[in-house]
Amino acid sequence: MNLVQHLPVLQVAVPLVSAPICALLRSSERPAGMLQGRLAWAIACGVSWAMLVVAWLLFEAVRDGGPIVYELGGWAPPWGIEYRVDTLNALVLLVVSGIGAVTSTFARRTVEAEIHPDSLSLFYGAWMLCFTGLLGIAITGDAFNLFVFLEISSLSSYVLIAMGNDRRAVAAAYQYLIMGTIGATFILIGIGLVYMMTGTLNMYDLAQRLPAVDHTRTVHAAFAFMIVGVSLKLAAFPLHLWLPNAYAYAPTAVSAFLAATATKVALYAMLRFAFSVFGPDYALHQLAFQHILLPLSVAAILVASLVAIFQANAKRILAYSSVAQIGYMTLGISLASVGGVTATIVHLFNHAIIKGSLFLALGCVMYRVGSVRLDRMAGLGREMPWTMAAFVVGGLSLVGIPLTAGFISKWYLVLAAVERGWWPVVAVIVVASLMAAIYVWRVIETAYLKPRPGDRDPVAEAPAAMLVPTWILLAANLYFGIDTSIPVGAAAHAARQLLGGGP
Amino acid sequence: MIVPWSPQTAIVLALVVPALGVVGIDLASRWPNLREAVTLTASIALLLVVLSLVPHVLAGEHPSVTLVQMLPGVPLAFRVEPLGMIFAVVASLLWPINSLYSIGYMRGNAEHAQTRFYICFAIALMATMGVAFSANLLTMFVFYEVLTLSTYPLVAHHEDEEARRGARVYLGILLSTSIGLLLPAILWVWNTAGTVEFRAGGILDGHMSGPTVGILLAMMMFGIGKAALMPVHRWLPAAMVAPTPVSALLHAVAVVKTGVFAVTKVIVYVFGLDFLRSQPGTGWLLYVAGFTIVAASVVALRQDHLKRRLAYSTVSQLSYIVISAALFTPAGVIGAALQIVAHAFGKITLFFAAGSIHTAAHKDYISDMDGVGRRMPWTMGAFAIGSLSMIGVPLTAGFVSKWYILGGAVGADQGFMLLVMVASTLLNAGYFLPIVYRAFFRSPGAQAIHGEAPAPVVCALVATAGLTLAMFLFPALPLALAQSIAGGG
Repeated sequence: MNLVQHLPVLQVAVPLVSAPICALLRSSERPAGMLQGRLAWAIACGVSWAMLVVAWLLFEAVRDGGPIVYELGGWAPPWGIEYRVDTLNALVLLVVSGIGAVTSTFARRTVEAEIHPDSLSLFYGAWMLCFTGLLGIAITGDAFNLFVFLEISSLSSYVLIAMGNDRRAVAAAYQYLIMGTIGATFILIGIGLVYMMTGTLNMYDLAQRLPAVDHTRTVHAAFAFMIVGVSLKLAAFPLHLWLPNAYAYAPTAVSAFLAATATKVALYAMLRFAFSVFGPDYALHQLAFQHILLPLSVAAILVASLVAIFQANAKRILAYSSVAQIGYMTLGISLASVGGVTATIVHLFNHAIIKGSLFLALGCVMYRVGSVRLDRMAGLGREMPWTMAAFVVGGLSLVGIPLTAGFISKWYLVLAAVERGWWPVVAVIVVASLMAAIYVWRVIETAYLKPRPGDRDPVAEAPAAMLVPTWILLAANLYFGIDTSIPVGAAAHAARQLLGGGP
Repeated sequence: MIVPWSPQTAIVLALVVPALGVVGIDLASRWPNLREAVTLTASIALLLVVLSLVPHVLAGEHPSVTLVQMLPGVPLAFRVEPLGMIFAVVASLLWPINSLYSIGYMRGNAEHAQTRFYICFAIALMATMGVAFSANLLTMFVFYEVLTLSTYPLVAHHEDEEARRGARVYLGILLSTSIGLLLPAILWVWNTAGTVEFRAGGILDGHMSGPTVGILLAMMMFGIGKAALMPVHRWLPAAMVAPTPVSALLHAVAVVKTGVFAVTKVIVYVFGLDFLRSQPGTGWLLYVAGFTIVAASVVALRQDHLKRRLAYSTVSQLSYIVISAALFTPAGVIGAALQIVAHAFGKITLFFAAGSIHTAAHKDYISDMDGVGRRMPWTMGAFAIGSLSMIGVPLTAGFVSKWYILGGAVGADQGFMLLVMVASTLLNAGYFLPIVYRAFFRSPGAQAIHGEAPAPVVCALVATAGLTLAMFLFPALPLALAQSIAGGG
């Protein structure tokens, strides 16, 4: 038996098993010992890095040998659950596990500072469940299984967000729970309807059988339910209202982890349902994407960027910026061309590392200053040079300055719009980049060009245990801004696969 | 490991030397003398590296290097052609002189954050070299943006409200033009022509025609905000809040010349001169540049703040280069290339003098400068030479470039342009000569007790004034390079 053959199931099973182990490490003594918490962290961190290795091996295998099909428990599809890894989800797995590995490494100090010692092991248990769910969504080839993983990741993320030490975190988690549950229910209804019409839950099978019935109202309804449901999870405008609060009040490490992965995985689900299951030629795409998604994406980009400019809290700036960036990704989909979908996938990859690094930098600030309000951050450029330099580099990447990953995203987005000759869309993209420059610059100007407020004591630089993970992501930002062969190559390949333009 | 010396090595070194300078300056931050020694060493090393390329380019070679394949089909690559060679020599020749000046100025004024200042300067020079040697639009854009960002901390140097506001305008205009217009224009070229490489004769012929060419040209010309064509010139006066060495080397030479250099390069190597001449809807550039020349001069006439007057003069003089390139003739390009050199030497001298007065006499306004020349003869002597060069009087560099620009205008039968040049010459005289007159022939106030500026400052401005005169006497090298641009690149 070859271990390599079982990589797809290991990708999900190992973190799934590690979750209860982390949770079981809960200490019974009072006051709770730090040791169990540390141990739980070590397990979570070790498993995450191991999963990054697994994801990389899968990515290489898919790149060299084409899609991998894995039958869970040896049951042949369509009866058993099938895991199907192609270029698209190999890339998503790489993103999720990479971000998971870096953020979990980062997490220890902030989690010990923000979470009650009694709950440390539970926190890591929930964290690993969330990680499992996100990886599961990306890897599975079964529509119902996708729903199950979606719920695993969602339920655990409600818990994670509610653990934030700001009292508003509970309200934010509740809001997210309501919206998320509606979204999940919609997805489930959609899956149920297509199951009714085709008798299968396997996505590959669905793609074969749907064309025969895709003119029926039931299938149209299923499509609508699925897309709206996913859009809720994706925080696509105007279904994004849960996101800013959830990101702003969650524990620091959770903000970074979820901001970089959760919406990306939902976007993956949208791509998968829309193009792999319903197929690129499905009749409703024109309506859904060009008449609904396009204007909504444009609105998301402009409105959320504008709102971000006026936020007084750096985490909320980034949260609204995420809504805008998701708008870029859905914009790419709504261009409905290989170029557009390539841009979407490139940005999915790049935005994960951009937002991850920015949230980690803010995590360092939160850890030392105890707040990420702009007025508290004045003068930090001198006190925390590495942290703020990290924010500057991440911010430049967000704006799309050359030599950073963000520039590559912008290049492909604008190129896709130019290819279609949609100049107003080009204008929207560049105007929003400049708005990003404004909100990023508000933070930079505050930190570097304003003196420390009198009522804030000087702080020291963040500990190396936090700076190193932050700079790992920033190094990725710079690396993927110069050598783009991995994300761009994979994205172009995946886009051609999705849109049926050859392998 | 011994690296064999080749032009390729020199191209890479032109980027590596300033980068090493950055590291060295940072490491030596606690020992100011050592730190300044690093800056000077790096700047002289860069000059030698750049000069080592000159014989190759004069011999007609165009050495090239590809660093990395950044995007499929679009590498980060360098190729030295005559225009880039001229620009690189000018910038790297003035960096050591400016560093000397900086030492005197920054210490004389007891400025803060000097390490950051020298670091940003070195990064800016690296970016300038990157633009000068860029082999395609993407590489040019990359280093163009690096230059914008690396100069932001220099503009915001004083960290007060005025500096914040100036820096905001600076960054806001430069970023919005480059991201808003230049980047879409580059992608448009890429999508239309399938390449963004700089090639002799341009890359657009046969891919595009009619009024769209005019639109693309407009996106390029206004997208390159550093060329300061009106109405995107406001960043340049705003940048004057920076310490004077920054205004001198960056906002009279490196940054603004990056702009007009990019303009010229795009006209010659992306559009192609013959292509632009054959298309309708491209003639407007001449008139916009002409308007900028006259309007900026009129504004300069009314500025009392010396550095702001110099800034508007720069806006006006930059458009000499644009208007000359906008003739779309080889003779025009020669005039443009020479003006890049001549204006650099003259304007840096003028800024050096302004900073010198600020350091020694603490005066920024022209109306306070009665009799400064009597107490600061070297400074004001150099200022006078710089002024004459701006006007285009013989014995100065400005005459050489103006001669070729006018020659280009006559050759192309451009009456409008001749008129603009004459008006501009008169206006130049109108806003420079009164300063010289005031400095030498009015008596200083009773409380004026100051002498010359610190020695490094004086040495630097004498050196650049000398270069201004030298270019009139020995114009052979820049002329040879300029003529080989037109002869095919």
